[in-house]
Amino acid sequence: MGKSLFEKVWDAHAVRQLANGQTQLLIGTHLIHEVTSPQAFGMLRDRGLKVQYPHRTFATVDHIVPTNEAVEPYSDPLAQGMIEELRKNCADNNVTFFDTNTGKQGVVHIVGPEQGITQPGTTIACGDSHTATHGAFGAIAFGIGTSQVRDVLATQTIALNKLKVRRINVNGTLPPGVYAKDVVLHIIRLLGTQGGTGYAYEYAGTTFDNFTMEERMTVCNMSIEGGARVGYVNPDVTTFEYLKGRPYSPKGDAWDAAVEQWKSFASDADCTFDDVVEIDAAQIQPTVTWGITPGQGVGIEENIPTVADAPTQSERDSVAEALEYMQFEGGSPIKGKKINVAFIGSCTNGRLSDFQEVAKYVQGHKVAPGVQAIVVPGSQVVAKIAEELGLDKIFIEAGFEWRAAGCSMCLAMNPDKLVGDQLCASSSNRNFKGRQGSPTGRTMLMSPLMVAAAAVTGEVSDAREVFGFAAVNS
Amino acid sequence: MSSTPIKQVTGKGVFVPGDDIDTDRIIPARFMKCITFDGLGEYLFYDVRKTESGEDKKHNLNDPRFAEASILLSGNNFGCGSSREHAPQSILRAGYKAVIAGSFAEIFFGNSTNLGVVCVIASDADRAILAAAIEANPELEITIDIEDHKIWYGDQSVVCEIKPGARDSLLSGNYDPLDELLVGADAVTQTAAALPYMQA
Repeated sequence: MGKSLFEKVWDAHAVRQLANGQTQLLIGTHLIHEVTSPQAFGMLRDRGLKVQYPHRTFATVDHIVPTNEAVEPYSDPLAQGMIEELRKNCADNNVTFFDTNTGKQGVVHIVGPEQGITQPGTTIACGDSHTATHGAFGAIAFGIGTSQVRDVLATQTIALNKLKVRRINVNGTLPPGVYAKDVVLHIIRLLGTQGGTGYAYEYAGTTFDNFTMEERMTVCNMSIEGGARVGYVNPDVTTFEYLKGRPYSPKGDAWDAAVEQWKSFASDADCTFDDVVEIDAAQIQPTVTWGITPGQGVGIEENIPTVADAPTQSERDSVAEALEYMQFEGGSPIKGKKINVAFIGSCTNGRLSDFQEVAKYVQGHKVAPGVQAIVVPGSQVVAKIAEELGLDKIFIEAGFEWRAAGCSMCLAMNPDKLVGDQLCASSSNRNFKGRQGSPTGRTMLMSPLMVAAAAVTGEVSDAREVFGFAAVNS
Repeated sequence: MSSTPIKQVTGKGVFVPGDDIDTDRIIPARFMKCITFDGLGEYLFYDVRKTESGEDKKHNLNDPRFAEASILLSGNNFGCGSSREHAPQSILRAGYKAVIAGSFAEIFFGNSTNLGVVCVIASDADRAILAAAIEANPELEITIDIEDHKIWYGDQSVVCEIKPGARDSLLSGNYDPLDELLVGADAVTQTAAALPYMQA
């Protein structure tokens, strides 16, 4: 009987069994940022422990960095304190820090892959739930709490229960105007926000085979929104081509050996899964969330559900709560909802290809009056290449603000926040109540191009109509 | 660190209704601009409790009848979203010792257990019974018995579930795994030696 990638990587990193039945799992690669690591370094100091494998921890600063002020001290003294604390902790413990002056800073889940730190067959942990992003490379990657950040710093391991594996096969060609973001929103809508609890999601099928690494990352990124702590894609030639020549990728003979080893981690053809889900790519529509969980989404042609549509009382309560918060009427079309803010960026959709795709279409369009539209590259590397390609000028010409790298309005720990009950079309990953910085702010998740369509029309729109796609589904 | 075993949690309850109560709701991100967890209790469920102008909303968490509660009762998928340990830290620091829910998001559950915050699962029907009992008598003593998988309210009880690993950890007082992980240092070195990418 063959093994899945999850089992192979798990077995290669399992150190021993602990008294409570959990596994002591080696974490090969540890990524840290300013929000969830300072307390962990503090706990280490309190216990007189040191960082055991400093060369396997990498730091960046992303959540609190302002995207429109480049010079320190930042206007927010709390943010300034956090960046200084991270700087000090990294220096004191010999941890590599992709600081703002390195040209490599950015959202942790964008920096890891683009530096080549994220590699197949590895375990990766970070005090951030979107760590599953790195699973796109065939790594087992997951978010951890700060006490576990402490555990990794002190021992390079954590205590963990083994997960079950659900294979999600998506086969076929996505219709024009349907993107990786729509695939993951569709999956979460189908399987629910807690459907993945206890599972690792293995994404497969011809749709994933044909995806670029950036598209795979977008899907893996949102695994946690479906309850799955881990999501991954088996490594293949697309993975190896992406990694070749990156700063931290193996070089020379070591590269060839690494590729051979990486291939061996892919799930065996005869392995079994705890569950299998089949999805037809042709059925996936541009998807937009109408509620307060990422599972509350509909296709752009659909109406928002009514309370009565929900089958159980708890679901009816959830729909009612979401409709009230979002100020939407059940049964009304999702299309046409007037927006105030448009945000393109985040660890879900803040990569070069996201901006290239949108830039292709927004030329000749203008952001609608009264809409604030901001574009936030996921890293300084992304920003630099985008600027070399002239994408920044295209966005600015179309009325978008082109900002510096960071998490920005995805969770609004920096100055980029919604005000009052503003409605935001957002390429980020969470539409929770208050997520974008205002306790009454409202978020609708969608693909970057759908955000751009909403920005230029001032309302939720079908990007295929707005930008004149030749093959709008008929 | 080995701590005192947790076999039971006893206290008064407060009902926080709703499914999918995410960690942004438990502790909004704007209160995470800090480098220690001190003082986070003050911001637990801040936007659930307060209006934008900082006034108290009508909510059980503001109701003086439930001011002494130390057990939270809530819906399905409690703690979904972010991995922020700030969420269970704020629960703990606001004086709560346990959460009873229909289900828990995985990362939240692990973070809570590591801190000794007891998370147990009860059915929709049983949670409705508990919510009604608490509403009828906020002084009602609730005991979560981890050993016996029971939640006592007064002299009656309902069943509850907890993951076996977490149960063992709480019962033995070894819910913070760091000491045990440190003991494995030699085995870690061996495992790492077999992995090319781990080499300096």
